[in-house]
Order: sequence, then C-alpha cells, then structure tokens
Amino acid sequence: MAALSMQLRASYAFMERNFNLIKRYWTWELVWLVYSVSDSLAVSFIGLGMGVLSGGGAAAPNINTGYLVLYLLIGTLVWRFLSQIFFWITDLINIERWEGTIEYTLMAPIHRITHMAGQTFFAVIYSLVFTGVILGVTALVFKIDLSESNLAGALVVMLSGSFSFIGVGIMSSSLPLLFPERGAQMSNVFIALLLLISGVYYPVSVLPGVLRKLAVISPATYVLEGVRKALLDGTPTIELWKNIWPVLLMGLALIPAGLWVFDIAERYAKRSGKLHRNG
Amino acid sequence: MEAIVVDQIYKKFGKPAEPFWKRILKGAHANGNGNSGAAVQKNGNGNGAAPKPSVTVAVDHVTFTVQQGEIFGVLGPNGGGKSTLIRLISTLLLPDEGKISVMGYDVVRQPMRVQERINRVSVEASFFKKLSPMENLLYGARLYGLDARETRKQVVEILTRLGLEKRAIFSPMEEMSRGMQQKVAIARALLSRPQLLLLDEPTTGLDPRSKREVQAIVRELREQHGTTILLTTHDMSEADTLCDRIAIMNSGKVIALDTPQGLKALIPPKDSVETTLEDVFLELTGKKLVNPEEEADV
Repeated sequence: MAALSMQLRASYAFMERNFNLIKRYWTWELVWLVYSVSDSLAVSFIGLGMGVLSGGGAAAPNINTGYLVLYLLIGTLVWRFLSQIFFWITDLINIERWEGTIEYTLMAPIHRITHMAGQTFFAVIYSLVFTGVILGVTALVFKIDLSESNLAGALVVMLSGSFSFIGVGIMSSSLPLLFPERGAQMSNVFIALLLLISGVYYPVSVLPGVLRKLAVISPATYVLEGVRKALLDGTPTIELWKNIWPVLLMGLALIPAGLWVFDIAERYAKRSGKLHRNG
Repeated sequence: MEAIVVDQIYKKFGKPAEPFWKRILKGAHANGNGNSGAAVQKNGNGNGAAPKPSVTVAVDHVTFTVQQGEIFGVLGPNGGGKSTLIRLISTLLLPDEGKISVMGYDVVRQPMRVQERINRVSVEASFFKKLSPMENLLYGARLYGLDARETRKQVVEILTRLGLEKRAIFSPMEEMSRGMQQKVAIARALLSRPQLLLLDEPTTGLDPRSKREVQAIVRELREQHGTTILLTTHDMSEADTLCDRIAIMNSGKVIALDTPQGLKALIPPKDSVETTLEDVFLELTGKKLVNPEEEADV
C-alpha cells in the first residue's frame, strides 16, 4: 500500500511539474493557442470557399458548405487533440534532455509506468482543454449549430482513441533516448504518416490503394469517422461502438508495446552512455 | 557493513569500427584488438587502411569498498573516470563487466532498491530553469514519495540555511547564479535523506563561504544521520579535511587508495616541507591540476 501511495505521488509529480511549466511559459501557451485557432479557422474556411474552388461560384447549389466546414473543423479538432497527446508524451524525454534533468528523473525510484501515467494523464487533460477552447472559438466564428450533434458520443470516441495514441507516443518518446541530437524531430515521422493515411481532411476512400489499406491500421481513422458520425449525423453513442472497439484494442496492444520499446531504449542508453548527452 | 562494493568494474564507450554482422562473419571479438588499456582512444590511423575501433575505456577493472558512514573521496585528473564511476553506482550507466552493490543491493539487478537509498549532486546543477527552487524541489521530492507539505517546510529551512533569500526560493532558477543553483542541487539531494550520497564535485563554482557551508553539511549528514558519502573533487584541501579514505584514479584505474595521511606518507617530504595531498596527486598522476570548470565529464 505504501509503495502504491509512493508511486501515485510520483505520478502526480509529473502532472504538477507540467502545470507549473505551463504557468511559467504562459506566453508560449498563448502563442500556441492563437496559432492552433488560426490553423483550424484557415482549414475550415476552405469549406466555405469550396464553391469557388470547384468552379461552381460562391453559392454553388450542389455544395453543402455548412457540412463541409464542420467536416474540416472536426478534422482539425480531432487531429489537434490526438497530436497534442502524442507530443506531450513524446516530450517525456525531450523536455528533460533540453533542461538537463533527465538523469535525476531516471535515477528516481519510480517505475517507468508511473512516469508515463503522470505524463499521459496530464497530456489528456491538457489536450481536452486546449481542443475545447479551439472548438469554442471556431463555433463562434462559423456560428455552428451543434444542437443535433451527439457531443458526449464524440467525446467518448476521442477518449477511447487517445489510448492508442498514448501507445504510439510512448514508443516514439524513446527516440530522443536513442538519438540525443535529432530524436525529437524524428518522432514527427509518426505523426506525419498518421496525418496522411487517417483521413483528417478528406475521406480515406480518396487515397490510393496502398495508403487506403494502411488507413485500416491507423487508430485516427476510426476516431475521425466516429466523431464525424456523432457530430455531423448525431449517431447515438451505442452505434459508435464499431469505431470504439478497434481503437481500444489498438490501445491495449500499443501501450504495452510502447513500454517494452521504451525499456529497451532506456537500457541501450544506459549501456552506451547516451543518457548523459544533451541534444 | 559495506555501503558500496565495487568489484572489478569495467566500462568502455564508443563502438567498434566494423558493424556487428561483419565481426560475426569474421568471428572477431567484439572488443576489437583485445587491448583494454585504460582510457586509451583507439581511432582510425588516417592512412586509408581499414578504420580501427574507436573505444574509450573510462573505468578499468576498478575494485574498492566503502563502509557505512564513511566519507570516501575519489580524486583524479580530467577524464580519469570519476563521473563515470558515480553514474555506474547511481544506476545511470550499466557496466560492461564487474559488479556493484549498494547497501547489499545489486545496481543492475535491483536498481529500484538502490535508487531508494541514494541521491546525487553533480557538477552541473540541472533544473527546470523557468521553475523556482521550490517547484523544482517539490518535483524532486514527490519522485521520492515525500509529503508535499513537509517538503515545503524543509525546502525553506535547508535553503535559508544555505544562504538563499526567501524571495529567491520562489523565483525562477534562471535568475540565480551558478553557485546558488548548486546549493539548490545540494538541497534536492538532502531532501530524500539518502543512505548514500554521491557528490560529484559539489563545491565547484561556490564561493569560499558557501563551500564551507556545504562541507559542514556533509560532516553533519555523516555525524547525525550516518550517511555514507562518496565525494569526487578537485579541491585537495577539501578532500584532505573531509574524507576518511581517498582513492586516486588515473586513466580509469585506481592507482592509490588510503587515508589522507597514508597517501601523504607515500611521498617523502622535500626540503623538510610537509607533503600535501596535491603533491601526492601530481606525483601519482603525473598531471598538472587544471581548472575544474574545464573538467571533461568522463
């Protein structure tokens, strides 16, 4: 019991530290929020302009711009939510390399899962709040009516999908251990590939054969489809199950796989002396 | 009882020039030419021939024990292997050969048991620079399962004792001098009440008054809590006054190990001037002392 209490305290240490860092870096957080809101608005405006873009004129009758705006907006929001989780978890090592504290954290008597749990819990809370703010601003700008949408269902799908992104995030957080100089940048490969194949801004059906097949193994594909069903069509939560179970299953496989990969990377870093080097 | 047992520890860095599959095909030994000479860099010869392995032996079959409650010093020139040795003891590096146990626990097989009992202060005070000492130390304390309320009280107590103003405790670390940051690093290590404290040049960058304060704390830790201390330093008088025994390392090997008096007795006095630890160090290592700030962190 005492050991569990100690691990819980240790897990909270990462959450508290991250909240403190956000507090101290509040200007950066503000800049990032403005950037993210602008990005979401810019992508969503493509929906409004689709009539002109398709050559049919601003009020092309066969284009439902309202639907298109919401379709693109969901893409930006879901992607922002999932990628924020990914980046916070990936930052697990990177931030400590930057500050030079990595050796102190890794020599503390805590299980790596405790370490990950604290960072992950923080990542999910942060990403939810961050995405919520973007949704609020964009809903105001586009006067989006979500009265027919299943908001709770969309939230359930997003949270379910976060597990698999946690797994991928843990896996890629080992890159800065293996490659102190460029590991953090290398983790962007994961997110770029998922962005390409998951149908963030377009349906996966438009992808060429190989990419369409890869979309099946991307958790983001199921999350985006589920959230769109919930928000665009108001699909009841129970009917979203076919989008939920695949991502839960992927999470179940990817989190232990991530921890396993991280463990191997940590042992390699301790054997080769890469822990000490700052990137 | 022994607090630390270091038995035939060997650690090298770098990698053989040939990829592992080529070495497997050739049936060659993974350690290149088999020459394990201490702290020897083996690089390409630059004449266009096949590249030779680039391997640095940082710790070369080092053996010693430290008793509980002992203050044990490790002296050595830059690149002598002191910091590597401390990292091996503190579970941050895995040895290539040999065994280290701390309070009876193996650092490789039982790292958590070891980590619960140790803490470390390194030459570079590593912190989240935007966070205050209080926030940094609270983070560190929580990692060791300490109560937050009690920690807050102790942080103020320890840091004011080390000469920090109360206002500085709540301001970002980046606004503090290196010496002040080093004091916060020492406070971080003290908070978890370790049975073994690893001090890797803890007084480097401190002014004489702060240096004395830290030395007083080191003595107090041993006297009041029985803490075992392993200290590396370039300050010979610090080693002389603080340490019960001192090991001198050179090129990854322990070349002498004795009490300060015992070490001084190794070198006969010249012109009836008493031998200092510095004389012993220079004589045994054959190297001049350099500014510790220039220490290559091997």
